[in-house]
This record gives sequence, structure tokens and C-alpha cells, in this order.
Amino acid sequence: MSTAANESPRARGKAPAGERVADWADGRLGIYSLAKSNMRKIFPDHWSFMLGEVCMYSFIIIILTGVYLTLFFHPSMNEVVYHGSYVPLQGQLMSEAFNSTLHISFDVRGGLLMRQIHHWAALIFLAGMFVHMMRVFFTGAFRKPREINWLFGFLLFVLGMFTGFTGYSLPDDLLSGTGVRFMEGAILSVPIVGTYLSMFLFGGEFPGHDFVARFYSIHILLLPGIMLGLMVGHLILVFYHKHTQFAGPGKTEKNVVGMPLLPVYMAKAGGFFFLVFGVIAFIAAVAQINPIWAMGPYRPDQVSTGAQPDWYMGFSEGLIRFMPGWEINIWGHTLVLGVFIPLVIFPLVLVAIAVYPFIESWVTGDKSEHHILDRPRNAPTRTGLGVAWMTLYLTLLVGGGNDLWATHFHLSINAVTYFVRIFFFVGPVIAFLVTKRICLGLQRRDREKVLHGRETGIIKRLPHGEFIEVHEPLSQEQLHTLTAHHQYEPAEIGPVVDENGVRRKVGTSEKLRAKLSSAYYGEDNQIPKPTVDEYKEITSGHGHH
Amino acid sequence: MSSQDIPEENLPAEQEHAHGAVSVADEENPFADPGLPPHEHRIQDIDERAAKRSERVVALLFTVSMLATVAFIASYLAIPHDKSIFVFPIGHLSALNFALGVTLAVALFCIGAGAVHWARTLMSDVEVADDRHAIEASPEVRAKVMADFRQGAAESGLGRRKLIRNTMFGAMAMVPLSGVFLLGGLGPAPKDKLRHTMWAKGKRLVNMNTNQPLRPEDVAVGSLTFAKPDGLEETSEDFQNEIAKAALMIVRLQPDNIKDKRELDWSHQGIVAFSKICTHVGCPISLYEQQTHHVLCPCHQSTFDLSDGARVIFGPAGHALPQLRIGVDSDGYLEALGDFEEPVGPAFWERG
Repeated sequence: MSTAANESPRARGKAPAGERVADWADGRLGIYSLAKSNMRKIFPDHWSFMLGEVCMYSFIIIILTGVYLTLFFHPSMNEVVYHGSYVPLQGQLMSEAFNSTLHISFDVRGGLLMRQIHHWAALIFLAGMFVHMMRVFFTGAFRKPREINWLFGFLLFVLGMFTGFTGYSLPDDLLSGTGVRFMEGAILSVPIVGTYLSMFLFGGEFPGHDFVARFYSIHILLLPGIMLGLMVGHLILVFYHKHTQFAGPGKTEKNVVGMPLLPVYMAKAGGFFFLVFGVIAFIAAVAQINPIWAMGPYRPDQVSTGAQPDWYMGFSEGLIRFMPGWEINIWGHTLVLGVFIPLVIFPLVLVAIAVYPFIESWVTGDKSEHHILDRPRNAPTRTGLGVAWMTLYLTLLVGGGNDLWATHFHLSINAVTYFVRIFFFVGPVIAFLVTKRICLGLQRRDREKVLHGRETGIIKRLPHGEFIEVHEPLSQEQLHTLTAHHQYEPAEIGPVVDENGVRRKVGTSEKLRAKLSSAYYGEDNQIPKPTVDEYKEITSGHGHH
Repeated sequence: MSSQDIPEENLPAEQEHAHGAVSVADEENPFADPGLPPHEHRIQDIDERAAKRSERVVALLFTVSMLATVAFIASYLAIPHDKSIFVFPIGHLSALNFALGVTLAVALFCIGAGAVHWARTLMSDVEVADDRHAIEASPEVRAKVMADFRQGAAESGLGRRKLIRNTMFGAMAMVPLSGVFLLGGLGPAPKDKLRHTMWAKGKRLVNMNTNQPLRPEDVAVGSLTFAKPDGLEETSEDFQNEIAKAALMIVRLQPDNIKDKRELDWSHQGIVAFSKICTHVGCPISLYEQQTHHVLCPCHQSTFDLSDGARVIFGPAGHALPQLRIGVDSDGYLEALGDFEEPVGPAFWERG
């Protein structure tokens, strides 16, 4: 700020108001050094990079509408008689929580819209995080230096699930109460301390008078508070690491190519918030969600058929539904394996994706930073594992809705359940093998394209009568893009005999690593990308085509 | 719009190359990075009329947003909350919710669409490359930090004064215990709460729907009746907790059809009473198949055979539904002959 151009208006005391405010703030907050590196920060462009934005914006929408809902919701389980304007429930006993939710839905103008935006945004938030994580996983964006940010995102997903669960349990309606009962039954199955945990959570026996108030503070304060912190951390790290980009001409591990935050991404990302909000508002205007008045207040002795949790909890429902009812009674105690095993697998399914980046980096032994994204085909084992995981997840979703599958497709519920029991083990294996084959096939096609060019669809007849298809050589841009990926060598177990001829002990972890490494990068597990020599031999040689 | 619409003077003589782009083919390495491709102009970059059109589109979108907000306010003020409208193909909707939602959606969406259209057509779309820097610190910085830390640690004397260190760790480890004990107030100890229900000898079985005590002749073959203990009213303080354990389902079977001997002993003229609470995770069982006497829990599809001691024949439940021993009192009403002999509902560690 010491150029002559800036000094002269200041001397007359007539710097533009905005500049003066910025100067004031800079003197106290140091905003200029922050803006120097960030105002024109470059963000690469790709459609899949907006998935994370969907999550962030739906989270903001959830907070906005959630604050509105707290102004009207009474987190209390005191029984009251309903006198509101929904006629079928008038005169019925219900908790204040249910009563106030009816009040929001029928007697607060716009209250139903806010409820529906809140709930739809929650579903979209979770779905967005799921797809965003898939994007990050399949393109290898979780590699160094972004492993911590992967964990932040993972925690956001898991906490989002529980925030959603505690949220939809608050209205104390028949459906959500059934879900809470399921949770209580699952907690009771924990060996030794299960009954204590249940009594402590519900303030006594189920359902008691406490859980709505307790879930309320967890739902509106504890979990969203942690999530807000994680989300800010997630964003700071995205800025700090600078965004990843796909390989292409001019794009390297040392640069980031795209358009500046101010003005392009300010407008695009800022505008995208309104697009997301607008779409969710439209869905909430036309699509009913969680009509608690149709289900009625919770009674532990009543239930409706087709009871389903929100989709993101569906896989836990699947686990509990397909598990055989094993119970072991020994020395006067009961080990409820039929419920406890699903309760243990539930976090394990999630932890598997959380720890994956660390497993892969251990196998590769790669300590360098990665900013160029992988195409999923160029990491066949990773892609296969990811699809295997998704197959497991989707199988469990099917299992969680086995009654709906049975009724909608006129199948036997027993058959659907047995299918899930088998496919839980077999499905991921099949998915892994098939995906890996597809990836290798695509790698071969890329290799073919680089070496022989693009199929033009033009058929040429040679003088001696042979028909050939004309292949067009790729441009250098395309050649570069298709050969830019790094291919690892499988890790070998080092020499077992040292320079003095003494046998070295080879640890099991070293053996395991070598095995995994060859499963990832060994022969047949990746197609060697074409080399310059191969290319030259083919293109310069005998006038190919 | 086609290129014929562009005035002659606006057509670039030649597409200029992007800033600093290297696109010289490398003889040695055909796979080498050719550098950023040249920038391709959009119609708006070279034709002011097209740019004006884009500007008008953006402004129109922002104007539509303003109008939608006005419509939102009007809907809020004008539409009665109980009015229902038919919207094809969705069906009947709350008019207020529909109007508020759609106007809000339009108001928001048009802001977003305007901003994105503005960014895509009028703001610069020249791709720029920015350098990345290693996240790791340089060795000098690392050495400085390590030295600083060692100096700070040495000055604190933490490593040298073991007595301070150990007592501090002890104190830090113990102080959270207070918090753990404070959580003790969250709930009572389980004791034998889960082992008992409200049922006791002489308690009449009261029909859940009619609130009248049940006589054997009220229970028809093939019907499923739900019952609660006499004295438990919806208005009772602990109604929810008690009904969560005491809910009962009653069916009448032909005594010859009852395969389980104890079940027959505990029945009255073929009327059997079982806990309605599923032994899996506690859902109330509500689906009865009268031909086979199977009941199905709608939550997780555990299926029990009521003619055979309510044993599990399918699904994830681990044990049979507890049976309540019933008889008839001197006035001819069905009554319990005691509490359930085993805990109802989901299994737990102390159940045994």
C-alpha cells in the first residue's frame, strides 16, 4: 500500500469507503496477507468437484432450517392432549415433542416447508457425502498429503449419520420410536454392560421420559458443533493443499490449473449454493417427507409394517435382518450374538473405508505428494476394492428393505433374506474380480489407442483388396494424458542374506506387504503403459496402416 | 447462434495462443507434456452483442428471483393454512406449502442460475496455472522447530524432574474420573427391572381396543387380540414403560393343535397368551397368519409358531416368545396366574 497512486487520495482523506474499511480490518485482523494467497486462488474445474459443495451447502441449509425449527419444537416427553388443527388426532394423548411437531406442520405458516427442507437436505447431505467420498476414493484423491482430510470427511459422514438418526427420532412418532426401540435392543445385546448402557441412555427403562430431551441436545448442539468444526477444518485443508486435478496438457504435480476464486469461483460456487437451496426447496414443496401425522404418536406396543429407517441407516438395518438369531447361554449369562455381531460389524464396515488410505500407502511405500488424480482404471485393485465395498453396502441396503423387496417384486421374504446372507459374502468377491477385469480391459484399450491411434470408422480398401480401418494417431495432448499416470513396481522382499552371508529374518508384515504389493501392481494386475520406444517402433517402423 | 452472426471486425484473424503455453511437439518424447492448450474464445469474448444478451439473461434471472420473493410474501399472507390443492401428477398438496416452496425455490434457483451464467459467459475463462509448494517444511525449518522444542522441553525440566512429571500425569489421569462419575446420574442401575412386568397373579386381561376385561368367549378362533393388565391406563404415569413390557397377544387354538405340552398347560380352553414384544430387538409383533398360527414381526421378520411354544421358525430372533400363564377367575374373566417366568423382549447379558 505504498504506491504513489494509493497515497495521493489518502492524503486528501478520500480513499474509497470500501478500501478504508478493508484497511481498518487489515490493521486488526491482517486480512491482506490472507487475501494475498487466497483471493485469486486457482481451482481446477471438473463436474465431480461440485459433489463436496453439495454437501457443504446442504449442511448450511440444514443449520438454517434447523435453527428455525428449534424456535417451535418442544423437546419434552410429557404427555399432553392434542388440540391443534389436524382433526384425526384431536383429543389423543401424545408427547409434547410430537404435539409441537404437529404444530409446526399444521399451524406454523411455512413450518411444514422448513421441516421438509430440513429433512430433505439431510438426506441429500448424506447422499452427497457418500458420492463425494466415492469420487475421492476412486480417483485416489485421499493420497498424501490428504489422508487427514479423508478422515475429517469420513468423520463428517459418520457423525452425519448419527445426527440424522437423533434428528428423525425427535418427533417421537410411531416410526422413529420403533427405530429407537431397535437401537435399545441392540444396546442391550452388548455383553456385561448392555443393560447399564440402556438404562443410562434412557434414564431408566425404555422408553422413559428422557430420551427426546437428550437426543435433542445431541442433535442440535453436540454433533453439529463437532461437524461444523470438522467442516471448517476440511475446507481449510482443501485451501491449504490446493485442489487436486486430473492429468492433462499443462497439468503437473507442481502446479494447479484452473480459474481464480475471485471472480469465477466466487460466482460459480456462491451461485451453486442458491441452486442447491432452490432445488431442495422445490423438492420440499412437492414431495412429502416423514408425515408424522400419518404415523401417529409412539406407543411401544404398536407398529406399522414396512418400517424403514432413513436410507443412510439402511445398511445397519440390513445387518440386523439377515443375521441368524444366535444366542449362547453359559453360566447364567446370555451372549446375544444375533444382535451383537451386527452391532460390531456396523462400525467395521465404516472403519474399512476410513483406514484404506493408510493401507494403500503402506503397500506402495510411496512417500511423495500426489495432486494428479488417478483414473479409476489405472488403479484396478483399488477400484475393485471400492466396488466390492459398495456391493457389500448395497447388499445390506437390500437386506434392510427385504420386506419391501418381497412385497414389491412378489418374492418370498425368506428367499430375499437367504440371498442377502449368501451375497453378503459372495457379492463383494464377484464385484472385485469383475471390476478389476473391466479396469484391465480399459487399460488395454488405452494402450491400444496410444500405440495405434484412434479408430476413425473410415474403412479403406487396399490395392490388393484388403479392407482396413484407418486409425488416426492421437494428438500429443491425448498421448500425454493417457500416459501420464505412474505405475508402481511390486515391492520385493529384500535379500534374505546380508552382505556377510548371515540369514536375515523376514517378518510376516514384510511378507504380507510383498504379497499385497504384487496383488496390486504385479504382472496381470496392471497393464504396462506404452513406452516411448514402443510407440516409436510402431509409428516409425513399416508405415503402419 | 452461428458464426455468421458475428460481425466481420470482431472475428479474430487468428486464434492467439494462451499465455505462456508451449505447444511444440517434442521429437524425443511424443508423450511429453505439450503445455496448456491455447485459450478458445467464447462468443461473448468476441461479440459484444452476444455479451449484451448474456447480460440481459443474467439480469432477467435476478429479476425473476425478486418477483418470486414478492410472490412468496404474498402467498405467506394470503393462503389459508388448511387449503388443499390438486397438482398434477403429484396429487393433493397443502396449498400454502406448495406456494411457499415453489416461490422460494424459484427465488433461490434464479439467483444461482444468474450467478453461474454470469460466471460462465461473461467472466474470464482463461485457465491459469498456479504453483504448488511442498506441504513439508524445509530441512532448515524442521531443524529450527526441533531445536526450539528441545530447548523448551529442557527449560521446563519435565524430563529431569520426574516427581513433578509423574504426579502431573497422575492428576491429569484422575481428574476426568469426576466427569465419569457425574454421568452416573444418567440412569438407575438395571437391577431386575427387565425381569418383571406388571402382570401378577389375579390380574385380569383387558382388551386393548375396548378397554373391557376379556372373557374366554370374547376370543374367537382365528382372531388376534391385544391385551394389557387391568389397572394400566393410557393416562397412567408410567404407561409407556409398562406397556413396553406387558403388551400381550391372545389367540385361540384348537387344544389338539397345540404341539407344546407346557403351552397347553398354561393355556385356557385353547386360549394362549404370549408377550407381544419381539425377542429380537423389541418391536411389537402384529401380523398373525391364522391358518398356520405363525406370527411375524413387521420390523425384522422374525417368525414364531404360536402352536409350538412360539418358537422361532424364521428370522433373526434368538429365542421363543415368553408365554403368560392364564386362567379364569370366579367372575368368568381371563386372568394371569402370575408374571412371565422369563424376561420379555430383547435378550441381554444377565438374562441367563
